[in-house]
Amino acid sequence: MIYREAGQFKTTYASDQAIFPIVQDKWIVGAAMVAAFVAVPLVANEYWLQAVLIPFLIYSMAAIGLNLLTGYAGQLSLGTGGFMAVGGYAAFKLTTAFPWLDIIVVFVLAGVIAALVGLVFGVPSLRIKGFYLAVATLAAQFFLIWLFNKVAWFTNYASSGTITAPPRTVAGVMVTGPLAGAGARYVVALALVVLGALVAKNLVRGRIGRSWMAIRDRDIAAEIIGVRPLRTKLLAFSVSSFYCGVAGAEYVFLYLGSAETLAFDIGLSFLVLFMVIIGGLGSILGSFLGAAFIVLVPIFLTNVPHLLHLPMPVALQKQIELMVFGGLIIFFLIVEPHGLARLWQITKEKLRLWPFPH
Amino acid sequence: MTLRACAIALLTVLVAAGSALAPAPVTAQNKEVFVPLLVYRTGPFAPSGIPIANGFVDYFTLLNERDGGINGVKVTWEECETQYDTKQGVECYERLKGKSAALVNPYSTGISYQLIPKAPVDKVPVFSMGYGMSASSDGRWFPWVFNFPTNYWSQASAVIRYIGTQEGGLEKLKGKKIAHVFHNSPYGKEANPTLEELARKYGFELALLPVDTPGQEQKSTWLQVRRINPDWIFMSGWGVMNQVAVKEAASIGFKMDHFIGNWWSSSDADVIPAGDGAKGYKGATFHAPGTNFKVHADIVKYVYDKGKGAGKKEEMGSPLYNRGIVNAMFSAEAIRTAMKGAKGQAPTGEQIRWGFENLNLTEKRLDEIGMKGFTHPIKVTCEDHEGSGPVLIEQWDGKKWNIVSDWIQPMKDVVRPKIEAAAVEEGKKLGYTQRDCSKEK
Repeated sequence: MIYREAGQFKTTYASDQAIFPIVQDKWIVGAAMVAAFVAVPLVANEYWLQAVLIPFLIYSMAAIGLNLLTGYAGQLSLGTGGFMAVGGYAAFKLTTAFPWLDIIVVFVLAGVIAALVGLVFGVPSLRIKGFYLAVATLAAQFFLIWLFNKVAWFTNYASSGTITAPPRTVAGVMVTGPLAGAGARYVVALALVVLGALVAKNLVRGRIGRSWMAIRDRDIAAEIIGVRPLRTKLLAFSVSSFYCGVAGAEYVFLYLGSAETLAFDIGLSFLVLFMVIIGGLGSILGSFLGAAFIVLVPIFLTNVPHLLHLPMPVALQKQIELMVFGGLIIFFLIVEPHGLARLWQITKEKLRLWPFPH
Repeated sequence: MTLRACAIALLTVLVAAGSALAPAPVTAQNKEVFVPLLVYRTGPFAPSGIPIANGFVDYFTLLNERDGGINGVKVTWEECETQYDTKQGVECYERLKGKSAALVNPYSTGISYQLIPKAPVDKVPVFSMGYGMSASSDGRWFPWVFNFPTNYWSQASAVIRYIGTQEGGLEKLKGKKIAHVFHNSPYGKEANPTLEELARKYGFELALLPVDTPGQEQKSTWLQVRRINPDWIFMSGWGVMNQVAVKEAASIGFKMDHFIGNWWSSSDADVIPAGDGAKGYKGATFHAPGTNFKVHADIVKYVYDKGKGAGKKEEMGSPLYNRGIVNAMFSAEAIRTAMKGAKGQAPTGEQIRWGFENLNLTEKRLDEIGMKGFTHPIKVTCEDHEGSGPVLIEQWDGKKWNIVSDWIQPMKDVVRPKIEAAAVEEGKKLGYTQRDCSKEK
């Protein structure tokens, strides 16, 4: 009833092709944007910004990147952590070598460097597929982490091997370094992820996205209709790595503040992969939903005993949290293998028909 | 279909409940002093994390039960599980700092590096006792960070001095081979620059052998050890890496009394799995092992006999449990110093920082709190947040740890200039400036 689109006629191709063709959606998304950009920085406390929202936005960025590669182009990758590390270390090297460079430019350049690295590690995808490709990308993960650990040049010869985000400003506001407020860092992460999502959405709706999906669904058929596998797959790898690289740079500069290679270990690659699978393969919205699920649910579960004033030893609490979280993942995957994005789609269909279901 | 409806309903509930989860800021209660405890009682590092956490809690319970707190101010605490994971540690810190945290003990070099920049902003002193960033020992650059009684660099120099005395003098080190087996992380790498400098100074050959985290697989490292055949091995390990290394060393027949772990590589959990092979293994420490001190008797009397113990009574006295006690004691004494004799009023973060900086723990005071001979007196100053306290060497006899050396002084002449240089470098990275200690009171 509320969500009925009766009376909304599309009279132009442009309106038919809009990202949000339904007026209600436009309003909801618009309101959400205003809330996210204006209300949240004013209302949220530092705990929410630092421990919940900033990691959520950064993981969303990485999940979009992996979703383009795995969800749209069908190339399974376990190298996400490695590509994020490339972004993080590239941004660190760039901003320490060229301190006058705007930090946003640094993030983008770090993404470009990650894209080039992704291109190189995408080459095996022309010959190998599926699980075998996953193993090849796993090699990228281990090689890159080893490289950053081994070669001291990447950390500017810091004795501890830790990279620290130096203080940098955007339009006069401190956004990285210890003195940067959580609000400023949040707004930068939000702006980047909104822009990234918009570009990604338009990529997947256009010729490039369609060629990715053609390759994903059946590569030989795609080749016959004129999609070149070499270009398409490598493009998917480099675009995906670009997103991961930017996410990695944000991860160091906006979230952690300082990082060691351990922050980008194989666990991170799996985490992002789980986000994509739970959120929904082949869906930009799914990347956000998956990131939200993986970031928020454990924090929520950690806080439940405090909210209910249940005295419980922390070790037990942690173990219960892990069990409940694992159970929830299995539950959602059984109920809806296509992920949370599909659940949202079904809800939307229902709302459109409500109160007259068929 | 109904399941799917359940799923949607569950998600709606999660989202709705999630927005209500924001931790309510608790107003500062100045009748209590609150200490957040970042612990790891689960995960791969739990064997090391549990005794430390128990030591902490038992000492704080003792203070409340025996003395009614610190100068009449009760100590309260809340544990938060980090699994030794930096991200979870930061989440814990952000959640607990709002309860007007008096200080924070990160118990992980990774988490320390995260919290160091936050300390002056949040006004919460970081007390990384014997770990964290060695450069933070220079209090002129890092007023909010304390790592006394001694740091990794001092420890490395003290261990080299010990090796020198065993060889019959530091000049005898010339031509000797010493290997450093380290956890390939910021923590493990900390000692390397000092060891390199000492190698140049005393003319011994240094082999740096990294072990990738978590360290279950070390065959290649120990193959290298066999090839190099070092005279001595020094190890900076943590968690499961230690026991694997001790086992490997035993299996290649390395002389165990020439194998010295740092103070995170010498606890019961590290040597017991290797059985008899671990006999003779040595470790550095800055406090005694065992339970032959008055403080332990007090803990039994006031805590365990009242059923308030955090662990099992039999597990008291392991090196890491005692480290928890020492850490809690230093924290409590710093808070006491901050009170300047005032009673019933909890100090603020800035006062506690001052308390840390002016901590002067004398032999007499150690005797009063039942820790005579348990650890060394320490004096912290504005310039020196490390105190360059001396180090003991303990040895595993197959059943328990025994002290086998006197207090060994670190080589302050080598370490301090390096700390000052590193502090300038690390401080500038964070945009700090050097403060003038003559203006502090």
